[in-house]
Amino acid sequence: MSLLSVQNVTKRYAKHIALKNVSIEVPEQCIFGLLGPNGAGKTSLIRVINQITAPDEGEILLNGKKLSSEDITHIGYLPEERGLYKKMKVGEQALYFARLKGMSKSDAMKELKVWFEKFEMVSWWNKKVEELSKGMQQKVQFIVTVIHNPKLLILDEPFSGFDPINANIIRNEILDLRKQGTTVIFSTHNMGSVEELCDNIALINKSEKILDGAVKEIRKAHRSNVYDINFKGNLMGFTNAMWTGAELLEKSSDGDIHDVRIKLVGNHKPNDLLQAVMQVAEINSFKEVIPSMNDIFIAKVNANQSSGSIEQVMGSQSNYTE
Amino acid sequence: MNKIGLIIWREYFERIRKKSFLVMSILGPVLVAAGFALMIWLSNADKTEQKVMVIDESMAFYKNLPDNDFVRFYYPDIKLPQAVKEFYKTDYTCILYIPYNVAQSSNSPVKLFYKKTPGFAVSQYLRDVMERKLYEFKLAANNINPDVIKNARQTIHLINEKIYENGDSKESKTDAISVIGFVCGLLIFVFLTIYGAQVMRSVMEEKTNRVVEIIVSSVRPFQLMIGKIIGIALVGVTQFLIWIVLSTILTGAVSATLLKKITADANIQKAQQEVVYKQGSNTNFKELQKTDSRLQAIEMISDLKGVDFTAIIICFFLYFIGGYLFYSALFAAVGSAIDSDSDTQQFIMPITLPLVIAYMMSISVMQNPEGNVAFWGSMIPFTSPVVMLVRLPTGVPMWQLITSLILLVAGFIFTTWIAGRIYRTGILMYGKKVTWKEMIKWITYKA
Repeated sequence: MSLLSVQNVTKRYAKHIALKNVSIEVPEQCIFGLLGPNGAGKTSLIRVINQITAPDEGEILLNGKKLSSEDITHIGYLPEERGLYKKMKVGEQALYFARLKGMSKSDAMKELKVWFEKFEMVSWWNKKVEELSKGMQQKVQFIVTVIHNPKLLILDEPFSGFDPINANIIRNEILDLRKQGTTVIFSTHNMGSVEELCDNIALINKSEKILDGAVKEIRKAHRSNVYDINFKGNLMGFTNAMWTGAELLEKSSDGDIHDVRIKLVGNHKPNDLLQAVMQVAEINSFKEVIPSMNDIFIAKVNANQSSGSIEQVMGSQSNYTE
Repeated sequence: MNKIGLIIWREYFERIRKKSFLVMSILGPVLVAAGFALMIWLSNADKTEQKVMVIDESMAFYKNLPDNDFVRFYYPDIKLPQAVKEFYKTDYTCILYIPYNVAQSSNSPVKLFYKKTPGFAVSQYLRDVMERKLYEFKLAANNINPDVIKNARQTIHLINEKIYENGDSKESKTDAISVIGFVCGLLIFVFLTIYGAQVMRSVMEEKTNRVVEIIVSSVRPFQLMIGKIIGIALVGVTQFLIWIVLSTILTGAVSATLLKKITADANIQKAQQEVVYKQGSNTNFKELQKTDSRLQAIEMISDLKGVDFTAIIICFFLYFIGGYLFYSALFAAVGSAIDSDSDTQQFIMPITLPLVIAYMMSISVMQNPEGNVAFWGSMIPFTSPVVMLVRLPTGVPMWQLITSLILLVAGFIFTTWIAGRIYRTGILMYGKKVTWKEMIKWITYKA
């Protein structure tokens, strides 16, 4: 069963529609990537889930029940634009936010102690926020977001502002929280971290959801018969041999060792191609290229924008991974 | 503790703990007390003893000027040029030169020469005694008995009494009383502007800090707005109470130490005067004047006793709270709509304008507390917190007071509702130049 279910949500503002009939299902205990270009409507959707604004149409279910104001205590939200009271002391501020989320003072103190010790920041307790570095402030902000043990954690660009070491600490904390049963909605433009962390994604463009599903399946579904081959032999002979069965997308050579990227055309199978080229070249490696989330993102958004297709993108850009 | 309570608590304590709050709370009363002390000190400071050499060419005052505690007159036989020449060889502090024709014309000036500037009190005393002596001298020269003059100067005690349709009547108070109302109105005006602006700044700070998005994911924007408004109101009330208590204590202490001697002196003087007055002899113009002003003071005090101070204080707090809620909601709405200080001006003007108008109205209301301006000004919630306070001490019919308060409550419920709707959209709106038209549109958005 999904923890969060957004059903046909529409949100209108005076001059534009921010969300148009958007539905997403976020399974329990997964990390869900909410993707989309700037201005697509991600923040609007996050605000609707946080009950900061109300949808004009559609509804949102948390654990199968319609979202209510009590659910605020079950959600933790880290907005993209971070904010803390600059003049307030770190400890008091963390306590204040925890209590706003409905924790009792003693519970909040207990939890805060654990987190402050874990992040080695006990000595910051009586410092004002403005005395901390940006990275330190981000840590405080993260603690404030997760302190009340939310069932659903919404993180908007959680790694921005962190150095690689701290980013790694946060990444491990997110994975840890997931292990403990937290469901995470993760909005980012960093496709690398999407592939690394996310189980499922939804792609939103121009107020509409244009793609969703499990990351692995999406990537599989977007395979387009592209392969990388490394061989020893004559490049001319190789291309002649594959002839109508495949087209050459890219090549690079080092003496008589060649790297090529080809795309099978028609109904040709990899084995057909291999049989044909094995006659003229010594194959060192042969591997299917699975499109990266980055490629799928760009292709999908462009396709939505114009009549572009994934093939065009993959042909013109060489940012395949694996 | 519920969430609004938490927000109130934070807004309140964050401000109370600020150094600026402590400084303002202590500095205010200290300044009042210091001003008070300075006033007392100044009025006594120049009472060092003066030895005044009188050179009287008119002979009207010869050996006739009365000394007091700090001024002594001497009449050596000497001409002015020589006296001036030898001034520094003597221990006289001043030379008082009176020309021969002083009694005939005010154009012939009396001159005071000195080594060190004598204080204001000295000049005042010299002028007083000379005027008095001259007055007596002229009366005597015309064979007029001073008692005749005293009798002729009859004071009139004018009482204003209003008669109502139902036959009741009520004495209305003197101008001095309506000043109390004016001061109360002014205080409300100042407090509303100061604390309203604080609400606005605080809302704007949270917005530009981006902290607001985190808070509204925990509480409803309306709760945040109300919590903030109430928290800041409590700060205002706290500061006000501290001021009252500290001012009373400090000025009390100051007057206890400084005024003791002076009042004792004054009492002796008063007793002397009374004796003089009763004897009827030697009664003079100056004393008549003094009795006049004493009468006025007594009259004022008796009028003040007639004013219902408890009612005024209760109304002051009611109108302060009502007016504050009414205006601070509007200030909060403006604070939520803007990103930067530079935009504030165009939005603040329309809010402060009614307050300024109310303040200007109160001047005419003071003169005519039952006119149309006074009536409507004290009914409309935009101006009633200031104008009603001005009217209060002169007596306001109960039905008007109740109507005005009901309208004020309705008014702040309305402005809070409007402001809440603008606020919840405004706090999340960035990088956009907001117009009034747009703000009105926000009111219609679904929460």
